Amino acid sequence: MNSRDTILQRLRERSGGKLHRPDCDFSVLERPSSSVAERVEQFQRTIESVHGEVHRCTPESWVAQLAGILSSRGARNLLIPAAHQIGHALRDSGQDDLPELLIYDEPVVSWQAHLFNNVDASITSTRGGIAETGSLILWPTPDEPRLMSLVPPIHVAVLKASELYTTFHEAMRVQNWMSGMPTNALLISGPSKTADIEQTLAYGVHGPKELIVLVIE
Amino acid sequence: MNQTTRTPQHIDVREFHSRARTAIADPKIRKNFRKAMDGLIVKRKDAFEGWDLEALRELGANIRLRALADLPDLLEQLEKKLTDNGVNVHWAIDGDEACRIIRDICVARNAKTVIKGKSMVTEEMELNHYLADHDIEALESDLGEYIVQLASETPSHIIMPAIHKNTGEISELMYEKTGTDLSNDVEYLTASARQQLREKFMNADVGVSGVNFAVAETGTLCLVENEGNGRMTTTVPPCHIAVTGIEKVVGYLEDVAPLLALLTRSATGQHITTYFNMISGSRKPDELDGPEEVHVVLVDNGRSSIYQDDELLDTLRCIRCGACMNHCPVYTRVGGHTYGTTYPGPIGKILMPHLIGLDEGRHLPSASSLCGACGEVCPVKIPIPDLLVRLRQESVDGDKLNPAKVRGHGAKRNALEALVWKGWSWMHARPGAYRFGTTVASRLRKLQPGKLGGWTRYRTAPKLAARTLHERMKERSQ
Repeated sequence: MNSRDTILQRLRERSGGKLHRPDCDFSVLERPSSSVAERVEQFQRTIESVHGEVHRCTPESWVAQLAGILSSRGARNLLIPAAHQIGHALRDSGQDDLPELLIYDEPVVSWQAHLFNNVDASITSTRGGIAETGSLILWPTPDEPRLMSLVPPIHVAVLKASELYTTFHEAMRVQNWMSGMPTNALLISGPSKTADIEQTLAYGVHGPKELIVLVIE
Repeated sequence: MNQTTRTPQHIDVREFHSRARTAIADPKIRKNFRKAMDGLIVKRKDAFEGWDLEALRELGANIRLRALADLPDLLEQLEKKLTDNGVNVHWAIDGDEACRIIRDICVARNAKTVIKGKSMVTEEMELNHYLADHDIEALESDLGEYIVQLASETPSHIIMPAIHKNTGEISELMYEKTGTDLSNDVEYLTASARQQLREKFMNADVGVSGVNFAVAETGTLCLVENEGNGRMTTTVPPCHIAVTGIEKVVGYLEDVAPLLALLTRSATGQHITTYFNMISGSRKPDELDGPEEVHVVLVDNGRSSIYQDDELLDTLRCIRCGACMNHCPVYTRVGGHTYGTTYPGPIGKILMPHLIGLDEGRHLPSASSLCGACGEVCPVKIPIPDLLVRLRQESVDGDKLNPAKVRGHGAKRNALEALVWKGWSWMHARPGAYRFGTTVASRLRKLQPGKLGGWTRYRTAPKLAARTLHERMKERSQ
């Protein structure tokens, strides 16, 4: 018998007999309903407490605000999605103080070293956010691959205020994640960090040193 | 770089007491742990502010119990879902088989370098030694694990592997092994490690990670981390191997919401970690990054034996947060290395005897004051103190009605001690004998020995009273 069958048989023929299957009451996760403004405020407070940066924008203002944020950091370039409207908006903006715009449109193997060493910033969309934990929901796609939100030292994420949920549990239920998950899904709640050296916080240990959220209201 | 060839460490778990004495006498160890644990206790408490913590723990415990009740079915469901999503699923009866499976995957890909995300189960099976013996370099990428590996040591805490070292020690270590400048600037040390490891990520042939929760419903592997090294490990190399104990599976995706809330708050007092990474398949044809090949190794290594017993089963609820060690008065004083086991502290004391046998781990269940703190903070309500008592009984074969089951049971049984307790229980079942015995004992109290083995090493011997309780009660009622 192979290991798989041995393990399953041992579990099925448990000497203690069949186990009781308790009911699970999820009501402890329920929260009173809140307004969009309250959720934005809670989101901002929480993500700022872990070194994330929030800029409140309008659909008209965000490109100019982004340009200002990136130039204050001296970013030489910005990796943008090719097909998503964020990418279109940036390319068509006519905003002349934006850094060079890059597109991730070939398999990573062909430009890995460039991505790791020369890309200063990236911008991605989100599938919403979570107010209680200050989290962004990302489902990477061929248009916005996985490494986009991980490798560049600055990650900018665009979050629509109307897509803020109160809890993770609420977000996954409303978006019906149970019916099928993508190759990779992420909650991102701040810049990369570590406290492994004597409990002293340091940012950007492997991923982005800065996480900048543009909340579109 | 030869930093990864960790010399195999043959730590004798039975030498717990001598290591404990050494650790207690070392003010640096005590200071490092005390400071860290005090901080974590406060942060955990703050993080649960405003929560109905008891209701949340109840839910966490029930989710884990429900998953364990369905365990074989959930494992099959997980396997099917993962396979449908292009993931190769392997089963390993023990650590050796898991190591062989991982080596074979590496050999088939002609892989020479493996980059690792944090995984306690690979520590449990000493994967790094095994791979090194087969000319495959395994490099840890979690900063704490990286430091511990540079020092050729093992983790001293399951969440914070290098907690036993202070900044000065880490600076010297990195200076010596990697050529960074001597500096107490944590930012500088972290940035140096980032640079060193980025090169490694790009060149690694295989990434090996652990798993925090495996969801059967959707075939999703969940990884909890702050650094991003877990995401790197599972995204950059062309092949990703996730290794997990068979007990980590949960039934439904919604189960991870409360478990995640409990895990990060209990572990480090965070509302959530920076990254919660959910992986449900290998790279699809139109995707531009992520591993083309994904493997999952489901490791039993003693878990199915623990599963047989109704009481011991609770050990398998554990979600590896480390709160029990953070709150343990023994762990805080002796530190993680004293235990000599992969999992230190209270969870180690109830888990390790199953993995290494109660003969080897005979001192683990008694390395506790049974103060109960571990059981009170456990996010999934594992009755750790009760399990410690159970294992103490097993280590002396002390419960006639419930025969001992754990491998190596009875290793601490002492014929004289057993005889004394036998007499004790005989006497307590017979009132006449009890009265006679206690009266005689109280009259002969002068003959009582002053030294009582281990008890009197650090304490004075208890003295028998001059008159028995029965005698005194009789006097009072007159």
